[in-house]
Amino acid sequence: MTANEKAARKKKINHAITIIVLIILFLLFIAPFILVVINVFKVKADINTNPLALIGAHGFTWQNFPEAMKKMDFWNVFKNSAIITTCATILTILVSAMASFVIVRNGKWKACSILFALMIASMVIPFQVLMVPLVSVYGGIFKILNSRLTLILMHTGFSVSMATFMFHGAINTNIPLELEEAALIDGCTRWQTFWKIVFPLLKPTIATVAIIDAMAFWNDYLLPSLVLGEKNLYTIPIATQAFYGTYSTDIGLVMAALLLAMLPILILYLFLQKYIVAGVTSGAVKG
Amino acid sequence: MERNTMSYKARQFLMFAGPALILFCMVIIIPFVYGLYLTFTSWDGVSASKPFVGIANYVSAFKDYYFWSAIGRTLIYSAFAVIFVNIVAFVLAYLVTSGVKGQNFFRAGFFIPNLIGGIVLGYVWKFVFNRAFVALGEAITAGTVPSLLSTTGGAMFCLILVSVWQYAGYMMLIYVAGFMSVPDSLKEAAMIDGCTPSQAMRNVTIPLMRSSFVTCLFLSITRCFMVYDVNLSLTKGEPFNSSVMAAMHVYNKAFVYKDYGTGQAEALILFIVCAIIGITQVYVGKKGEVSA
Repeated sequence: MTANEKAARKKKINHAITIIVLIILFLLFIAPFILVVINVFKVKADINTNPLALIGAHGFTWQNFPEAMKKMDFWNVFKNSAIITTCATILTILVSAMASFVIVRNGKWKACSILFALMIASMVIPFQVLMVPLVSVYGGIFKILNSRLTLILMHTGFSVSMATFMFHGAINTNIPLELEEAALIDGCTRWQTFWKIVFPLLKPTIATVAIIDAMAFWNDYLLPSLVLGEKNLYTIPIATQAFYGTYSTDIGLVMAALLLAMLPILILYLFLQKYIVAGVTSGAVKG
Repeated sequence: MERNTMSYKARQFLMFAGPALILFCMVIIIPFVYGLYLTFTSWDGVSASKPFVGIANYVSAFKDYYFWSAIGRTLIYSAFAVIFVNIVAFVLAYLVTSGVKGQNFFRAGFFIPNLIGGIVLGYVWKFVFNRAFVALGEAITAGTVPSLLSTTGGAMFCLILVSVWQYAGYMMLIYVAGFMSVPDSLKEAAMIDGCTPSQAMRNVTIPLMRSSFVTCLFLSITRCFMVYDVNLSLTKGEPFNSSVMAAMHVYNKAFVYKDYGTGQAEALILFIVCAIIGITQVYVGKKGEVSA
């Protein structure tokens, strides 16, 4: 065997080892999900006797799903989560892109620099500092809790700083000033210039912000749990928490509820994983 | 010219930044200032009167043994979680950038835990620890095995394990971006100059990935330090309050024990810790940049 062949063979073996290690790690990573999936099709007694068996002694059952769906009020909860996530994400994008435009192009105005500095500084404030005053101002004084609109506005308010920061960077580096000047000369107002020229060019950043914020809103628990106290307004995380509190002993139902809570985003991930992975990466690296 | 008048500027500013400004102030500025005020009152959460008590809340926060032990516990938990998250993430990133088949599939796969909220993840793992691990242990030892979650040290271990599992995929993506930003030509040059692959990794690749390390470290530190969702669903602070982290303590102090003043003062202490972490990040991030 020549040296070249030897090197090629060593490379092949290394490759094979890497793939095997990756497969083992991958199986370990998704093992908890697999356990949920195999137990969701068992009756309660079978889960109690052996949670590791692929199929229980009483056989395969679908029964956990319809029951969990009914008890969790799944479609209503899903609808709430979807409305809140969609509206808050769109609102965040519109509001932050607009703000960042005026901040970048007029950095010398005092109002702009103060607002931007405040936004940057506010990013270190943990939610725990704001939750008590938030509840006492909007629950105690204005009494506007228990409304989807309030939650949407609060979600937007909390994410506006980060989103503005990201749009700020994008406008600064990617949008040539000449383009806007040309539009102004052609008779566009600043408002038109923004919506017709700048905003469409921000598409990659819009996608990043949309992905990061939508995931955060969809999965957030603490803020929605403080704002939404009524059962018919619950989002998926709150409903899961409430469901576990009531039915924790009925483990088959719990499995179904957990799977239902995970399914929407996993299905979405199947189709959009390329964009989600790219969006999360660029969001983290820039932020 | 019209463009330099104050009213033009104000109109432009409010037209574009107005909505953001209003929401930002409503949700962050006003609550923050009002929260500062609350720390000087002894409000019970219900009555309209908020008696002024001076710095009494800060005194009781400093005397609150459970608060400081929660902070200490959070520091221990964060230290372990941050170290292991970053080690696992770095190894995963190395493996999925080594050019094997299907590496995009693996990247997407390791990221899955991040898609799902902490509440759901916590309950999934609660099932794994309470049922699956127990069943496995009983099958091996042929006796009864207690759940890890029911022992004081075990609950902390479980929290760390779940956090590592949860965040490793996310940090992996950042390290992957770091690996890909190092040009192959530099590594090849080092190898031609006689470096072994591990020397090239240590002396060329890792120094050039400095910004990835800074990002990952600080992201994982802030996330672990403020952990709440997984803490709530996985252990709920049990057994015997041995796994109550700082965020949960503050929540309980305010909303469970209705001691809003002290709770808010303790939250402000957490804010100061976070601010120090944030300032350190900016400082460390700017210092000692290496470029190719």
